[in-house]
Amino acid sequence: MPKKTIVPIGPYHPLQEEPEFFKLHVEGEKVVDLDIEIGYNHRGIEKLSESKSFEQSVFLVERVCGICSTSHPIACVQAIEDAGDVEVPERALYIRSIIGEFERIHSHMLWLGLAGHFLGFNTVWMWVWRYRENVLDVMEHITGNRNHYAMMKPGGVRRDIFSDDIPGIKKILDGLKKALALFRDAVIDDPVIHARTKGVGVLTRQQIIDYGAVGPTARASGVTIDVRKDHPHAAYGFVDWKVITAENGDVFDKTVVRILEMFESIAIIEQCLDKLKTVPGPVDSNPKEIKPGDGIGHYEAPRGEVFHYIRSDGTNRPVRHKVRAPSFMNVATDRVAVLGQSIADATIILAAVDPCYCCTERMMAIDTDKGKPALHSPDLLRLSQEKTARLQRELGTEGPKLDFGVFS
Amino acid sequence: MSFTVNALTRSLNVFHLSGSACNNCDIEILDVLTPRYDAERFGIVLVGSIRHADVLLLSGAFNRKSAVRLKRVYEEAPKPIVVVAVGSCACTGNIFAGSYNIFEPVCNYIPIDAFLPGCPPKPEAMISAIVKLIGKLKGK
Repeated sequence: MPKKTIVPIGPYHPLQEEPEFFKLHVEGEKVVDLDIEIGYNHRGIEKLSESKSFEQSVFLVERVCGICSTSHPIACVQAIEDAGDVEVPERALYIRSIIGEFERIHSHMLWLGLAGHFLGFNTVWMWVWRYRENVLDVMEHITGNRNHYAMMKPGGVRRDIFSDDIPGIKKILDGLKKALALFRDAVIDDPVIHARTKGVGVLTRQQIIDYGAVGPTARASGVTIDVRKDHPHAAYGFVDWKVITAENGDVFDKTVVRILEMFESIAIIEQCLDKLKTVPGPVDSNPKEIKPGDGIGHYEAPRGEVFHYIRSDGTNRPVRHKVRAPSFMNVATDRVAVLGQSIADATIILAAVDPCYCCTERMMAIDTDKGKPALHSPDLLRLSQEKTARLQRELGTEGPKLDFGVFS
Repeated sequence: MSFTVNALTRSLNVFHLSGSACNNCDIEILDVLTPRYDAERFGIVLVGSIRHADVLLLSGAFNRKSAVRLKRVYEEAPKPIVVVAVGSCACTGNIFAGSYNIFEPVCNYIPIDAFLPGCPPKPEAMISAIVKLIGKLKGK
């Protein structure tokens, strides 16, 4: 039997933007197991949010993640609006969708570039990021910042999109379409990218369903899941677009799904910009108070479904703010995707779900005497099962009997 | 001009250490290297190991887990090394100041040579900071 070796990737690895620690257990070239250690990025955002007012919370959740920095605010304001029954003007809904889709384009281009970088194909990286600058220019023009747009607020958006700007934005979109067509053809025809990504890191449809993966990761395996279609919010119910899926679930299909999604995003933005010409009105209903109650909000971030839960007790602060980011579900699929693959392919497989650890890290438990983590996954699982059982007792309901044997 | 300063400022080898950042400063740092700004034409390159570095870029506030690693990375760095805190989080803690998991601003852990505030700082601001830093090192 060959000797088992551990190859550490991280926590501060040149290929990673963020600190995270992968332990690859390998036999020769083959990966046989994977451990993921995170916690370098936990900032206690849910707790901090309880000390901020509703308007400040939106700025705080914007800084959960710098790449999906409008997905969290949209989900958060939707949760606040759900809790307080706040009306949102129609024009604001269109502007939310426009900003959200621009963010999706910039995030997918960022991923495409980094994927090229992980494959050792730096030309793709430089090339894609050059065209990504145009998207950031539009964002800077509309919102005043290249990232962290600060556009969302409970009851609407902070800034309008002026009709004088629309022709300029459309011109940039036309240029972008040409560039994206170039990337689409380059990726689909390139023999190097084929050789490195086809049949690599395959996730089957059943694995996606078992792990509850979301976003482009799930759609590349043939699971048609998209919050924009399933629970239309913002302006997604008013415009015409389709959900992109692929069948094979390998890294190549994830790339193709993301590239084709950018074309859909451009189509959504163009339709929304046209609608802005006819939909008048304020962009902000300016709510003065949030009624007691609890609300949920979800939004399809570039990586999948973002979920926010907010409970209000009638004051100006949330009493509970819960965030669930898409990477939390997607990162769990890393282990099944990487098993049996070679070390050289591990980086691109781990990167293929577009992981975002700053989104994911929502809790930390520390033994203060020893300074070491006090809770491990079996403990967390036990706590969660106990809580579910307690809630069921309190509510007098019987939930579905779940078998957690595979995880424990 | 001493030999060390001359060698240090000729081609800056940059090591980028992301603390508990939100990724935004990190992608803007990478952005400086891509075609529109292209800092690599001045010999500024990202390196994979702290042992090769002339400049240490810090982004994000450091929580109690990453602060320990930060000190270790700083101890491993070849001296002299220039430390730049990129972004408001690294400078002051920004909106995360007061969190139960983030105790102190980065300047309390290791000595910082330059602060570059902004959320995130624009690539132009980063290039301007590099130019000022080289000027300062040369004693201008």
